[in-house]
Amino acid sequence: MTQALWAHLAKDLRIEWRSREAVNSMLFFALLVVVLFSLAFDPRGAFSREIAGGVLCVATMFASVSALNQAWAREIRHQVLDAQRMAPAPGADMFLAKVLANFLFVSIVQLLLAPVFLVFYNLQIQGNPWQLALVLPLGTWALVANGTFFAALSIRSRNRELLLPLILFPIFMPALLAMVLATGSILTGDSDPSLWIKMLLGYDIIFTTVSLLLFEVVLHAE
Amino acid sequence: MSAKLPEADHPTLCARVDEVSKLFGSFAALRQVSVELEAGRCYVVLGENGAGKSTLLRVLAGLLRPSFGTVRVFGSFEPQEARARIGYMSHAPMLYDELTARENLRYFAGLYPGHACLSPSDALRQVGLDPELDRTLGQYSQGMRQRTSLARVLLPVPELLLLDEPFSNMDIESARQMVALLAGFRHGSRTIVLTTHQRELAAPIADCVLTLRAGRVASFEPGGPSL
Repeated sequence: MTQALWAHLAKDLRIEWRSREAVNSMLFFALLVVVLFSLAFDPRGAFSREIAGGVLCVATMFASVSALNQAWAREIRHQVLDAQRMAPAPGADMFLAKVLANFLFVSIVQLLLAPVFLVFYNLQIQGNPWQLALVLPLGTWALVANGTFFAALSIRSRNRELLLPLILFPIFMPALLAMVLATGSILTGDSDPSLWIKMLLGYDIIFTTVSLLLFEVVLHAE
Repeated sequence: MSAKLPEADHPTLCARVDEVSKLFGSFAALRQVSVELEAGRCYVVLGENGAGKSTLLRVLAGLLRPSFGTVRVFGSFEPQEARARIGYMSHAPMLYDELTARENLRYFAGLYPGHACLSPSDALRQVGLDPELDRTLGQYSQGMRQRTSLARVLLPVPELLLLDEPFSNMDIESARQMVALLAGFRHGSRTIVLTTHQRELAAPIADCVLTLRAGRVASFEPGGPSL
């Protein structure tokens, strides 16, 4: 870990520890989605296992958008971003630190959401539960890597809160599908999720690499 | 209009702005501005709102690329190539409200890997702040924020200081203290370019005064207490 990457990450974690803005807003929003869906569909038995993967992924996705926007809004408040642009540290360090911090915040929300989810949807996992420990981080990484990049891209736009989901969701769609289908396969135990896990891994590698390569251009765009 | 120093006491050029224009859409914030800035001097940029003062500083800092013309600093470098040698202070503090002054400076020092930076405590002492103060920046007065912002600029020991409205939102006493601080930094080879509306405040440290009007250089003349 480079000095600049660590400086960015430590700063993001310290600010979130003091404000708890991102985790609190995501948690309440995700809880609301999970509870509302459970009331709307009355999930029991096999049906709950079929829809649970989709509900969890969609709840995470919508909840993350507010946190991703906040992550960059903090940088443009008081023109801090200009001071960061003046520093010689590579932009890729800043991007990677933001992705790591956002990944941690979303993962915390998922961990807090998990017991509530199991209770409300009365879930009993039929497949290999350890595969979930692979699918959820891979899907979350895909979401936050793309989301962090596109949030930075729309940072100077007046309608950035609206713009981010409009750009992010279509591009995230293949990863979302893989995440939902893999989670569904593990919960129902009907099929092997390894194909979807490989697809998520490939998606993560490609989009993280492209974002890292292009971030310097986005950072210094006028 | 081209602007050169009337006297060449310090022959080393710190920055050269050559026929620079900056367009934002169809609006020209700078129009064919040419200025030569010599090392070790303090330049005060005056002008009404919208005259192009902040744009000129941002172009010198490398935060904006000129639409036409060229900017070179420290010889033949583009400002983007010499970012570590330039300090830029905006009228916004460019710091995080949620962190203390020392935490802010420690963070920014981390963004200069391989550079010999001042320690956060030393930078804060240089601007007259107590490094042990354990309050977040959100609880600071405007004057203290401006000083912390100046400490951030001084952290990597820059050779060219670009200060955009450093006295804005400061009471007269704090502004005078800031001028006294800047007068101390002027000695040596450090070049200062500052914009202000309060010309009488900057007069004691001004070696040269550049006046912009509607994006053009209206005048470029020696400064001093009689400014």
